[in-house]
Amino acid sequence: MKRIGNAAELSALQKKLQDMRDPKKPLITICAGTGCQGQGCLKVKEALEAEIDQQGFSGKVAVRATGCHGFCEKGPLVVIHPQKIFYQQVKIDDAADIIAKTIAHGEVLERLLYTDPAAKKKLVNEDEVPFYNKQKRIILGYNGQIDPTSVDDYLAVGGYSALAKALSAMAPDAVIHEVLHAGLRGRGGGGYPTGTKWEHCRAAAGSPKYVIGNGDEGDPGAYMDRSIMEGNPFSIIEGMTIGAYAIGAGTGFLYVRNEYPLAVKHLTMAITTAREAGLLGENILGSGFNFEIKINRGGGAFVCGESSALFASIEGRSGEPRDKYIHAVEKGLWDKPTALNNVETWANVPLIINRGAEWYRSIGTEGSKGTKIFSLVGKINNTGLVEVPMGMTLREIIYDIGGGIPRERTFKAVQTGGPSGGCIPESMLDLPVDFDALSKAGSMMGSGGMIVMDDRSCMVDVARYFLNFLQEESCGKCVPCREGLLRMGEIFADICEGRGREGDIELLLSMCDAIIDGALCALGSTAPNPVLSTIRYFRDEYEAHIKDKKCPAGVCKALIQYRVIPEQCKKCGACKKVCPADAITGELKELHSINTLKCIKCGACFEACKFDAVSIE
Amino acid sequence: MQEEIKAIVESYGRDKAFLVPILQDIQSRCNYLPQDLLLELAEELAIPHSLVFSVATFYKAFSLTPRGKHIVSVCLGTACHVRGAPKVLDALERTLHIKPGTTGEDGQFTLETVNCVGACALGPIVVADGEYHGQMTLAKTDKIVTTLKAGDQA
Repeated sequence: MKRIGNAAELSALQKKLQDMRDPKKPLITICAGTGCQGQGCLKVKEALEAEIDQQGFSGKVAVRATGCHGFCEKGPLVVIHPQKIFYQQVKIDDAADIIAKTIAHGEVLERLLYTDPAAKKKLVNEDEVPFYNKQKRIILGYNGQIDPTSVDDYLAVGGYSALAKALSAMAPDAVIHEVLHAGLRGRGGGGYPTGTKWEHCRAAAGSPKYVIGNGDEGDPGAYMDRSIMEGNPFSIIEGMTIGAYAIGAGTGFLYVRNEYPLAVKHLTMAITTAREAGLLGENILGSGFNFEIKINRGGGAFVCGESSALFASIEGRSGEPRDKYIHAVEKGLWDKPTALNNVETWANVPLIINRGAEWYRSIGTEGSKGTKIFSLVGKINNTGLVEVPMGMTLREIIYDIGGGIPRERTFKAVQTGGPSGGCIPESMLDLPVDFDALSKAGSMMGSGGMIVMDDRSCMVDVARYFLNFLQEESCGKCVPCREGLLRMGEIFADICEGRGREGDIELLLSMCDAIIDGALCALGSTAPNPVLSTIRYFRDEYEAHIKDKKCPAGVCKALIQYRVIPEQCKKCGACKKVCPADAITGELKELHSINTLKCIKCGACFEACKFDAVSIE
Repeated sequence: MQEEIKAIVESYGRDKAFLVPILQDIQSRCNYLPQDLLLELAEELAIPHSLVFSVATFYKAFSLTPRGKHIVSVCLGTACHVRGAPKVLDALERTLHIKPGTTGEDGQFTLETVNCVGACALGPIVVADGEYHGQMTLAKTDKIVTTLKAGDQA
């Protein structure tokens, strides 16, 4: 790629690229995020390309693999432009018809359309789909439009205008002021004002200074950062470059989770291309400003999402946090002033510089501006990534966008904030998503995981799950976290396995207090949150486990039994066939029954029975 | 192998700050981190053995024992957990006769767990030799193992 010499050359190139793209020319975009790849989208893409060739449309129709569109539940997703016809769950066999009918004659294939379950109507246009049209996709919107590995695509949608504006028309202080005034707060979970962080880092003594993009998305059930890194890597790089200019940093690091190979690949390609184009490296856009970015792959340690542990990891040591009476903005990486932001935060920066702080401030609530991306997962109909303005209620997200709970079961709780967050009950569904409102409810915004649970989810089991997760991920440096979580885990094991005792809840609560007060880093001090919030809102479930030795949701293995309901059993033998423990008696055409002494409670019979004749008690 | 270690270390400018990526490179060549190579690496970077071992044992991505020919990872992220991932893991333990985090004696399979692969819509997920299998059921776990074994014979 030819080097772009200055801001004027950039805008000329952007215009040229836009002009080259005929908006009327048919374009097929196909989601190639990890979710859709898992559902075979790349083979669908190949099939579409082959059909285009065979049916004589070569050069007349373009196919573009884009980043994650967000509606992962219905993948692979295909959108036909310019009409924006939205096809879902597209298979290889559909490729021939898409080209022969939709591309050739504009005919819409009914069988691939999305049916709105509420209105029981088939929807043609992407914008009509409730999952999308209730969102505000200022960041994720680009994911569906651009090929993440093409800088041309990014430039054609106005990419790098913000960097050009900052470098040519704004002093570093003005950039910081803009971000401060926009009210941007850290998207990684803490919610610290980004502009303030930059201001302190710029003012701090010491050089060189560093900026870091935290892409170590460790929260289980959260994949927003992944989709931005994979789907729009240039937006993160542009944001970091602007931040580095504002702070006065010459080197940046992108710390990416080891489990995200596609993100590493796309970011690496983007960095190389940006460097060739003069958008990174020396004398960026002819401004005299130099900035480099290096990628660090994480080693699979959750604690490395914590700032000081992340620094240790980049420095080539074990990821153990340190006490933070000295802030990272003063002494961070290699004890130099460092501004560490989450990759979603960085992706917000170009938008703020481009469209201005006033525009950004107009979205959101008093204390939380802009949008937030959530990964809406668990027991929900429309699993996927949703980007909503701050202040939208949980009810709107779960029911209007998420389509409610599958199989007509009832909603029990939504877990936000990952292992540091908490569970929010039905009675609080009208809570707005806002940093402060969620903290007040005993949970937190966190990085944006939103895990929905129904009446078949056991809240004691969920608390135990997070506790075990954190205990395994604890780095072991401080005693409250290392020993406290282990001991709490033992109490949970007792409760879930029928050995719970009176007073266990009180003991857990007092241990929570001790860990909050004593732990060194945020991983430890927020670890009790899932326990505290489930005790606060679902104490009756704990009591059922402890006093009645029952798991009301039917999850805790030691407290449940599988049973055949004689009236519903069709004597088909399906359960008997799959039982690995030989615990089911009754030949074909005979009533089956489960020998509870032999049963290992694996659930295979429950899964195999098509007549709901196996129950959990 | 000594030459290869040297080449990897060279490619990072002999900078000990890149210990983690260097170990990642060694592991991707050898499939695990052999002890003698770790000692060589320490000499090469002129850092204490203890530092190399502390890093190699701290991060989950590293294995100090040889891993199997096939790697089966069960995602235990929250979304997968509430959709029944523990049952899927139990089923794989039964089929493969190994515990999570270990490799069978014949060196064929390693069973691992991962905290979240970030494809939550497909949960519960099993990643077998890098390929994602979504919406796992107990019945499908058997199929995955059978397919991997059949691939070896073909």
